[in-house]
Amino acid sequence: MRIKSLSLGTVLILFCLSLTGCVTTARINALKLSPDSLKNREVESRQFDTKDELQVLLATANVLQDMGFTLTEIEKDLGVIVGSKERDATVPGQVAMAAFADILCAAAGTSSNALAMTDAVQSILVSCVTRRNLEGNKIVVRVTFQRVIFNQMQQVSRLETINDPKIYQGFFEKLSKSIFLEANKI
Amino acid sequence: MKFLKNRIINFIFPMVIFISGCATTPVEHILDLSANQLKLRSIQTRSFDTSDKERMMRSVIATLQDLEFVVNKADDELGIVTGTKFVGNQVLKITVIVRPKNDKQLLVRANAQLGIKSLDAPEPYQDFFDALSKAVFLTAQNID
Repeated sequence: MRIKSLSLGTVLILFCLSLTGCVTTARINALKLSPDSLKNREVESRQFDTKDELQVLLATANVLQDMGFTLTEIEKDLGVIVGSKERDATVPGQVAMAAFADILCAAAGTSSNALAMTDAVQSILVSCVTRRNLEGNKIVVRVTFQRVIFNQMQQVSRLETINDPKIYQGFFEKLSKSIFLEANKI
Repeated sequence: MKFLKNRIINFIFPMVIFISGCATTPVEHILDLSANQLKLRSIQTRSFDTSDKERMMRSVIATLQDLEFVVNKADDELGIVTGTKFVGNQVLKITVIVRPKNDKQLLVRANAQLGIKSLDAPEPYQDFFDALSKAVFLTAQNID
């Protein structure tokens, strides 16, 4: 019995130590470059064959407006545009599952709040930065997306950095068209 | 009766003081100055041998993007950039300020907070300035 309680105590202490270990590591490594940073830079950046940074910035603002973003910050001297939008985040499957779980719990005589915990609204933040490439003959655009998802009770349910290359590819396709239109004054 | 009186003095009274103590603490955090303010300033600041503020600002923005931050605000005139990043379920916020130290040097100060706590350890800032040095092709020098 004593051995059992001792081992339980050891496990608990080790568990606590490992938890605090995680917290400290997250804090210490908070500003460390990740091994994926080069790959991410590639996915999030495109070069455009022009020297006119302002024109690229304008085209970027147009694309963001086309996508329904409200521009919240513009600093043309540094080539920064920040925008945000709020959209519906409900997933029919998730809502159906939650409703089913609530009904099951009600039938079993207990209460559950799964429906209120389902995703309701997402707030999407986009940040675009333009700069000259090292040779100075092209403009590089780098874009990053983040989203915060709120549940039906308006609590934050998830924080996400968007890493899906398809999203970035889609954005740059639209931007290429916009830059072409901008260059030809269409 | 005496027993009850003792109980009140020994347990309930300290409890009340403890709870009221909790209630006043948060407001006091607003003007918190850490005891090692100077030390913290030197951990968070580096000087660079350049007077090109715009180039430095652009390098700071590029570095923040490499570190997976989304830039929220940037002001060329004031030399301020802020960004946020999600680490698990916590938000990491950073503010970087670039200002001239003299005619030939710039001072760059970064301060970050993860969740509800500020980052005070030297290691994260060292990592940030290492990354920034590479982006700007200059050495980050410690300040006195």
